[in-house]
Amino acid sequence: MSNTNSLSYVRKEMLEQQPAPRSQVGFTRWVRENLFSGWFNSILTIVSIFVIYKILAGTLPWLFGGVWDATSLEQCRTILTERFGNTHYACWAVLTERWNQLLYGFYPETQYWRANLAFVLMLASLAPVLFDKVPRKMLYLTMAFPFLLVWLVWGGTIWGVTSVAVGFILGGVAFKLVDRFGSMALSTIAAVAVALIWWLFIGPSVVGGLNAVAPLGHLQEVQSRDLGGFMICVIIGISGIALSLPIGIILALGRQSDLFIVKTICVGFIEFIRGVPLITLLFTASLLLNYFLPPGTTFDLTLRVIIMVTLFSSAYMAEVIRGGLAALPKGQYEAADALGLDYWKAQRLIIMPQALKISIPGIVNTFIGLFKDTTLVMFIGIYDMLGLSNAIRANAAWNGIYWELFIFIGLVFWICCFAMSQYSQWLERKLRTDHR
Amino acid sequence: MTTATNTPEDHGFRLSQLIYDTRYRSITIQVIAMLAFMLIAAFLIRNTIINLSALGKDIDFGFLFNRAAYDINQQIIPYTSDDPHWRATLVGLLNTLLIAVLGCILATIIGVIAGVLRLSKNWLTARIMTFYVESFRNIPVLLWILAFMAVLSEALPAPRAFRGEDPAASMWLWDSVAVTNRGTYIPAPVWGDGSLFVIITFLLSLLGIWAFGKYSQRRFETTGQILPNFWIKLAIFFVPSILVYFVMGRPITLSYPELKGFNFGGGLHMRNSMLALWLALSFYTGSFIAEIVRSGILAISKGQTEAAFALGLRPSRTMNLVILPQALRVIIPPLISQYLNLTKNSSLALAVGYMDLRSTLGGTTLNTTGRELECMLLMMLIYLIVSLLISSGMNVYNKSVRLKER
Amino acid sequence: MKKSVFLGALTLAGLAAGTAMAQDSSTLAAVKERGVLKCGVNPGTPGFAAPDANGKFVGFDVDVCRAVAAAVLGDSEAVEYTPLTSAVRFTALASGEVDMLARNTTWTFSRDVDLKNTFVGVNYYDGQGFMVPKDLGVSSAKELGGATVCIETGTTTELNLADYFRVNNMEYEPVPVESFTEAQTQFLAGACDVYTTDASALAASRASFENPEGYVVLPEIISKEPLGPLVRHGDDNWGDIVRWSLNAMVAAEEYGVTSANAAELANGTENPEINRLLGVEGELGAMLGLDNAWALNILTQVGNYGESFEKNIGENTPVGLARGLNAQWTEGGLIYSPPFR
Repeated sequence: MSNTNSLSYVRKEMLEQQPAPRSQVGFTRWVRENLFSGWFNSILTIVSIFVIYKILAGTLPWLFGGVWDATSLEQCRTILTERFGNTHYACWAVLTERWNQLLYGFYPETQYWRANLAFVLMLASLAPVLFDKVPRKMLYLTMAFPFLLVWLVWGGTIWGVTSVAVGFILGGVAFKLVDRFGSMALSTIAAVAVALIWWLFIGPSVVGGLNAVAPLGHLQEVQSRDLGGFMICVIIGISGIALSLPIGIILALGRQSDLFIVKTICVGFIEFIRGVPLITLLFTASLLLNYFLPPGTTFDLTLRVIIMVTLFSSAYMAEVIRGGLAALPKGQYEAADALGLDYWKAQRLIIMPQALKISIPGIVNTFIGLFKDTTLVMFIGIYDMLGLSNAIRANAAWNGIYWELFIFIGLVFWICCFAMSQYSQWLERKLRTDHR
Repeated sequence: MTTATNTPEDHGFRLSQLIYDTRYRSITIQVIAMLAFMLIAAFLIRNTIINLSALGKDIDFGFLFNRAAYDINQQIIPYTSDDPHWRATLVGLLNTLLIAVLGCILATIIGVIAGVLRLSKNWLTARIMTFYVESFRNIPVLLWILAFMAVLSEALPAPRAFRGEDPAASMWLWDSVAVTNRGTYIPAPVWGDGSLFVIITFLLSLLGIWAFGKYSQRRFETTGQILPNFWIKLAIFFVPSILVYFVMGRPITLSYPELKGFNFGGGLHMRNSMLALWLALSFYTGSFIAEIVRSGILAISKGQTEAAFALGLRPSRTMNLVILPQALRVIIPPLISQYLNLTKNSSLALAVGYMDLRSTLGGTTLNTTGRELECMLLMMLIYLIVSLLISSGMNVYNKSVRLKER
Repeated sequence: MKKSVFLGALTLAGLAAGTAMAQDSSTLAAVKERGVLKCGVNPGTPGFAAPDANGKFVGFDVDVCRAVAAAVLGDSEAVEYTPLTSAVRFTALASGEVDMLARNTTWTFSRDVDLKNTFVGVNYYDGQGFMVPKDLGVSSAKELGGATVCIETGTTTELNLADYFRVNNMEYEPVPVESFTEAQTQFLAGACDVYTTDASALAASRASFENPEGYVVLPEIISKEPLGPLVRHGDDNWGDIVRWSLNAMVAAEEYGVTSANAAELANGTENPEINRLLGVEGELGAMLGLDNAWALNILTQVGNYGESFEKNIGENTPVGLARGLNAQWTEGGLIYSPPFR
């Protein structure tokens, strides 16, 4: 009995903790769960590994065995044959020799600093638009940037662009002054009239005089046709998206309005632009735009392309902003009405600031699309990166070189577009939490 | 209230009401907008007329009936260089539509596979699909088209390589498919006598499948019994057609490609220009569709799946009856705009020499006749009509699957 | 909102910078006032017009532009080159975007009459030919039935090709390509059996191949392609200036006036024709509305026809073209200038 009493059926001391089975921890477990959790998954894994192996085995030697220092494809091949006995390797030398052309086009080499400065300024002036944390004072740089861009890239004295800016300032002042009388229509008309009078009649003579007296900040003038490569893509993309913003806002408001004629015109324009391929619009820019303008007017091609691209993206922009307007809670409109604000005041003070803010991811996505589409300008004789890759291939020294150029161009685009899409996804996530 | 609304009428209509009174202001604004629009239009048209008359040109679509005088390699309808320009335009339009349809189909397949695999539990596969999606959608489609063309024309053997005793290249799949740098030749069906019966039988069996589907649905609703739908439909699809095919003495034969003269003859020739354009557009658009599919599936809350399982539905029926119908509603609208984009992007055919609408009407016809205004207007109009047709067609479908609000 | 208005500044800044009133009643006055000649050229045909590593255009066609600039403005470098694709060239000329075209353009009836251009002469007599790899074993274009032919789209060569094969009752498969370089690449990769374009371009591209001996240009020339500069209808004086600038280069070669001896000969010679050409005698320049030393400027700054030919496309250049039809009439060619009288 005592024996039985002393026997205990329950273990009194804890057992030493055993390590989990090998298959349930660390790497093995991870592999089991993520790669071999079933027969289908295992097949997928094996197929994936095979695909990765094939791709890497095919490309890695080619990529890393490449020649960086040669003056022609011929020389590249000679070097490769000496080194490996065959020519199945890249010839990166074309990039060593022509990278500056691919980035800057035919921009004068001594003036590259201007393009670089403009690029840095562009990033700086975009910062306050894209990130809340950046000081609001930076917005002044954003406003000044378009003028700086024109001055830096095309050259000349600063008076030309200053005069255009002065027109805007005068218009703004006129708007403020007349705005006291309370009519949006009147003040807009006054602003436009003052600005136009300045631009058309007073400005040019003032600029001429100032240029003669004090050619301040004179930079070597660069023709539009010397712009090219990555630079022209950025210029066309940025100006297209920036200029299309005001037009897009007006179109979006027009499409939402109750006014039948206004709505019809806006819907017709948007659907027309969205219904035709960009390339037909670019051909219109290069072939037909001269027909539509008063006899004797000619723009240079880059400007015509910017005009067409602006029209193109404004239709897409209008749809993005319409989405932003639709996403605003109805209470905002009603609150504005309750405060007794008229239509324009409500738009300006309540609706637009919020609608634009939630449209930023969409705007960035539109920009990514537009930026990629700028490569189409090669069809109308502008030397963008793809056009230049053709021109480089037209040179006897580099005839027959494909992949090195394609990879470079692809990489440049990929970096830009990937960064932008990551930004827009980040912003989308952030905005979503804002609303919760 | 009544007095307030009546007051203005007491004074009668005043001109200033056109600006200050909200009831009349909308009319003022519309009239101004209309006038501005007409002024701009008139300005553009006037300029065009003046510019054209200064050049001694007119607007005349008569050139469409002149002899085109150029050849087109890929023709869906018969065409020779003696045919008029409008027929060349039509050939180009059909080629555009062909690439658009083929592209949309392949892009959807690629997109759905990639989108689903990206959500797969398999870490490696999901990563590969992420890599595919991110690399394709962040690089311009024009670059992809050129790259695919370069692969096809540089890496594949020329027809010459198939010649000789010990050829450097050989055909695939038991000598039935020839992959060359001029395109891929695949066996083509030859319609012999009596093949009409086979085709009719096949069409009838398609009708039969549809009728059977209706019947089994009704049976299911009344009795609750489920027939082995898939197997029966499969049988209807194949059995009658094959029976008739043998009864009629095998009227449909295949013509295999073989090397004749400079090129392969016989079989169906899929040109590299078409293949490059097709693959590039499909992979590019597919990467966007993958994202759409992925977010569509993610948009369905997990509770839906769990609820379906709780009801005792099998996984396949859960997918078909619960998840897909809901996901489609999220997926369809952006999918339509991707189809539209693909159709519009097919105008980049020019880069690889695929003879689409832009290369015929907007290319050779425009260049040889010098009628740029007419050609461009006509081309834009055609693209616009195609786009509107696609979007309205898809919108009808979209309406039919939309959540019916009661 | 306000910011976006400010961004709109870019358009207007651009408008202000880009608007230019061209196409005055007289092109000559417009060019003189502008101080620069706007000339439309090919974006890239080796030897005829192509940008060099600095983006500066050089070539045989480019020299015509330079000659006109030298005649009108006294400076052969005062030219703004506009690279034009074959699709946009006539529109660009008609709209006044360029003052003249020197862009290997074939002189045809419809282009002259229907498209309202004025062809002022021919600076290169060309014709369409075929090139094939030698191992194809073809010696005549008549044996090309069933062949695959690479061709640049949207050009007259495409029409000639269709006509030729139709007349000879042969089948063929056109492979349209978008540019000269693309055609070359496709042809070298064997994606087509035959490459057809102007014989001059065939010779030029054959010369640039890794293995020129592996390819032959077939003897058949299936079309006449007189290439020359053109101006738009309606300004005859301007047409005269371009025509006689070209003729001055041609006549100078005939009389043995070169860039080296022109200045010296301008002091006066025995030959009255040379004297009239170089402005020593008569008022030919004034009749055109130009300085009397117009032709002298052309010859000292650009050189005569033969010099330009040898420098850009002659046998000692990579393009390596023989004079052939483009020799002086005295040498059995077609190059012939009307008298300077």
